Amino acid sequence: MASIKQNPAGQPLPDFRNSGVMLRILLGVNFLALAAALVQSQGVQDSLQHFIDMAAWVQPLLLFNLALLAVLGNSLQRAPAWIGRTLVLLLAAASAIVLSALWSHLIFADAGGGQALLRAGLLAALAAGFMLAYFALRAGALSPALVEARLQALSARIRPHFLFNSLNAVLSLIRADPRRAETALEELADLFRVLMRDHRELVPLADELALCRQYLALEKLRLAERLHVEWDLAPDLPLHLKVPPLMVQPLLENAVYHGIEPLGDPGTIRIRLARRADALQLDIVNPCAGSVEKPRGSHMALDNIRERLALYYDLEARLDTDAVALGDGRHEYRVRILLPCRAQRQ
Amino acid sequence: MNAPALASPLLLLICDDEAPALARLRDLLADIALELPHVIVAEADNGLRALAAIEGLRVDVALVDIRMPKMDGIELAAHLSRLEYPPAVIFVTAYDTYAVQAFELNAVDYLVKPVRALRLLEALRKVHRHPLPSALLAQLSQGARSHLSCHERGRLLLIAVAEIVYFRADLKYVTARTGDREFLLDESLTHLEHEFGAKFIRLHRGVLAAREAIAGFEKSGAGDDAETQWQAILRDVPERLPVSRRQWPLLKSFARRLSS
Repeated sequence: MASIKQNPAGQPLPDFRNSGVMLRILLGVNFLALAAALVQSQGVQDSLQHFIDMAAWVQPLLLFNLALLAVLGNSLQRAPAWIGRTLVLLLAAASAIVLSALWSHLIFADAGGGQALLRAGLLAALAAGFMLAYFALRAGALSPALVEARLQALSARIRPHFLFNSLNAVLSLIRADPRRAETALEELADLFRVLMRDHRELVPLADELALCRQYLALEKLRLAERLHVEWDLAPDLPLHLKVPPLMVQPLLENAVYHGIEPLGDPGTIRIRLARRADALQLDIVNPCAGSVEKPRGSHMALDNIRERLALYYDLEARLDTDAVALGDGRHEYRVRILLPCRAQRQ
Repeated sequence: MNAPALASPLLLLICDDEAPALARLRDLLADIALELPHVIVAEADNGLRALAAIEGLRVDVALVDIRMPKMDGIELAAHLSRLEYPPAVIFVTAYDTYAVQAFELNAVDYLVKPVRALRLLEALRKVHRHPLPSALLAQLSQGARSHLSCHERGRLLLIAVAEIVYFRADLKYVTARTGDREFLLDESLTHLEHEFGAKFIRLHRGVLAAREAIAGFEKSGAGDDAETQWQAILRDVPERLPVSRRQWPLLKSFARRLSS
C-alpha cells in the first residue's frame, strides 16, 4: 500500500541565499551580542565597550557562517529538516571553536584552554538555535496566507488538454447533432462556472457530485464507448455535508487522463461513496495501462487535494493512493479519501 | 507544392483516437475539397492500426494526433518515415506546450485543435516533403517506443518491444529475437540499450536480454582450465546467451534477486 504521509512535519530551513534572511541573521545575532554585553556590564558606557570587544570575535564568525550557509544552502534544503538544522548548529559551534583557537594563537590572548573553546562553541550553537527557532516561528505564522494563495491558483486550474479536446468534440457535433452540441456547450459552461468560483467556501457533497456527472458526460462525448462509469452511492449518504470544492472532479480527470485515455480498450471508472461510522469514504478506481509507474502529472492534483484536506480537516481526513496488479495482468489505480462526517467549521 | 501533385488528388491518412476529432477532420477536409482535391485513403484510431491500414497503399500526407493509446503519434511518424515512400506528417495536437515548442524550433508541420479549415488548407499546401529525422522524433517522444520496425521483402514489419526476448549484435546487424522468430533490425545496440535500459540488461558486448525473460544463470564449460563462463537461461527460447566476464560482476545482484 503506497499510502502517503500526511503533511510532512516541520518547516524547512530558511533560504540562506535570500538577502532578507541574511539581514535578519546579521541583526538577530548582533542583537544577541548586545544583550550579552548589557548583561556582562555595569553601566551603559561600559556595555558599549563590551559590545565592541565582542564584535571583534562575533562579526568574523558571523560573516564566515553566512557565507558558508549561502554556499551550502541548496544541499541543506534538500536534506530532511532535522538533519539540516543539526548541521547548521554543528557548523556554528565548530566554526566558533576553530576561530577562537586561531584567535588565541594569533594574539596570545588569555586563552582559557579547552573550557574556553567549549564555551565559544556552545554560545555560537545557542545563537544559531535561537535564529532557527525564530525562522521556524515566522514561517509558521506566514504559511496560511501562502497556502490560501496557492490553493486558489491550483484549484482554478483545469487541464488545457481537456478544454481544447472538448471544444473540438463539440465542434464536430454541430453539423451532425446540433442538439447534443447545445447540451454539451451548456455543460461546459456550467463546469467552468464552478471551476472559476471562489474555492475557499465548502460546498454540499451533492453539488460536487453533480459537477462530476457533468464532467464525465463531457468526457463521454469525446471518448464514447471507451469510457464506462460505475457509480455506487450508499443510500444513507449525507448529501448536505459540506466538503472542499473540487475534491472529487480532479481525481476523475486524473482517472480519465492517466487511466482511460492511454488504455485504448474500453475501461471502467468506479466511484463508490459510503458512510463508515463517523467518516465519509470515497473510492475511485480506474484501470491503468501496463506499467504501474506513477504518472507524472497526476501528483499536482493529488498534492493539491491532500493539502486542502489537511487545511480543512487537519489530521482527521486522509487521502491514500494505491497501484494494484490484478491477477490477469491488468493494473488498477485506486484513490481513497476519508473525511469526517460531522458538521464542519466554516 | 509542385504541379503534378496538384493534378492528382492528395492521398491522406487521418489518425486520431477520438471519434469526434476524426469526424471533425473529415468535415473540414470535405470543406476544402474544392480548393485541394484529396482522397482519404485510411482512417485509424491509433498508430498501430494506422500502419496496418495503409499497408500496401500510397499516402502523401498523414494527419496524426499525438496523444493516442497503444502507439502515439510521434512513434507512428518514426515508423512512417521508414516506409519506402514516406508520407509527409502533420501533427494535430490539442495541447502540448513541450511538443509545440519543439515543432516550432524544427519546422515540423503541426496544427492545434480545434483545427480551422483555412489552417488545414495552408498546412496541406505547404507540407514539408522530406521525412522527419529520427533523432528529432526520438527527442520529441516522451518515452521508449512500443514497437520496432524492420523491412522484409519490401514490407514494413512491426515488432512489439514487449515480445522481444533479446537483441544480439552480429558483425553489422542487430537481430531481435521473439518467442517465434528473429528479425533483422536497422538499429545500434547502444541506442537500444539507452532507450530500453529499464527493460533490457546487457549480458555481453553484443547481447541485450529482456530482464523478464531471464530465468537464471548457469556455468558452462566446466572442467577445462579457468575458462568457465556464465550463461543465461531464457524463459521462452531454448538457446543460452553468453555472459561476458566483464558484465558478470554487474549482473550478480540481478542474478541473486532471480534466485531468491
